[in-house]
Amino acid sequence: MKALIIDDSRAMRMLLRRIVSNNGFEVVEAGNGQEALDALAVGPLPDVALIDWNMPVMDGLTFVNSVRARPEYRGITLMMVTTESERTQIVRALAAGAHEYLIKPFTEDALLSKFDLLGLRSYSADVVIA
Amino acid sequence: MTAVSTEDFTFVADFLRQRAAISIGPGKEYLVESRLGPLARDIGFVDVNALIGELRRPVPNPTVRDRVVEAMTTNETSFFRDGHPFEAMRTDLVPEVLKRNAGVRRLSVWSAASSTGQELYTIAMLLDANFPELASWTVNLYGTDLSTDVLTRARAGRFSPLEVNRGLPAPMLVRYFDRRGSEYEIDAKLRNWCRFEQMNLADAWPALPLFDIVFCRNVLIYFDVPVRQRILQKIQRSLAPGGCLILGGSETTIGVVDGYTPARIGNTVVYRVEASR
Repeated sequence: MKALIIDDSRAMRMLLRRIVSNNGFEVVEAGNGQEALDALAVGPLPDVALIDWNMPVMDGLTFVNSVRARPEYRGITLMMVTTESERTQIVRALAAGAHEYLIKPFTEDALLSKFDLLGLRSYSADVVIA
Repeated sequence: MTAVSTEDFTFVADFLRQRAAISIGPGKEYLVESRLGPLARDIGFVDVNALIGELRRPVPNPTVRDRVVEAMTTNETSFFRDGHPFEAMRTDLVPEVLKRNAGVRRLSVWSAASSTGQELYTIAMLLDANFPELASWTVNLYGTDLSTDVLTRARAGRFSPLEVNRGLPAPMLVRYFDRRGSEYEIDAKLRNWCRFEQMNLADAWPALPLFDIVFCRNVLIYFDVPVRQRILQKIQRSLAPGGCLILGGSETTIGVVDGYTPARIGNTVVYRVEASR
């Protein structure tokens, strides 16, 4: 399983990397939405993208819209991970095509509970053991 | 309970901020004491201060470090906790009650250790989202807990961002919650289905209605076998004919009491009572 972590905060990318790699994911990082689109264009597609909202160059919502406009990316599970916590913002992200939404700050078990909801975690541990 | 000094509390708060990106504000010393005290004893430290002493070392034991983060961040309750019991409700248990109770049009569910209400509100959301026919039924969702503090929070139906992050699907959050200041408040209709009362499962029980489904998860593990037997027997008498009990994953009635018949629905084991007794 592969995860694409998109956040302009290096500390947040490191935290997310630690959690998801401990759960068996290979990780690719991007500092904004445009870098993430560039990574998708050249690399193997991730199973899940963890997406900050407010970033320079290209924000997370624009990234979600861009990914949803490309049929070849429809297999990627999109999860916002953001400080934006207003209900209207969550509705916007879901309407744009995000599958899940995690509000910062979050705990590790909250992130993993979202992975469980998305059916992402049952495979990952087995991959590591194998 | 061993008290934690201000210096140690500040250290633990900084540690958690760095390791897990969570913040524990001033005044939450009790949280550190109540979560880390049992952990300290569990992993061989004299008390919580000795455990924090280990964390303060230049290179603390990584297992201790991880267990501390886990203890401080794992909440015993969450929305849709474990997932599969609610799926069993959706696919089998509620449809059975809809047939069995079609005459009286009444559905009663009990969350026997409801804590701050996530389990009962999860059931309310599941019922509303999947069974529109219940609009013309009497729906009684009953939550009990030992702690009056958690019951006050459960009755308010308000949850922090940290709590709605845990296990609650985002579509459910936007469908059933409104933002109130820094918290999220559950829909009034669902809250009106739910009633929360104080109750100690190990003491004498008040008069209870008959329930179609009882959730009593991860509670029996805290009691010795005679108390478990008494509680399970009393739950049996509180179940309507054909009703069922759902326990935590490490709990069972087998070898503890007779009268329940275990049945598997997906990944969930339900303990049924006879349809006619």
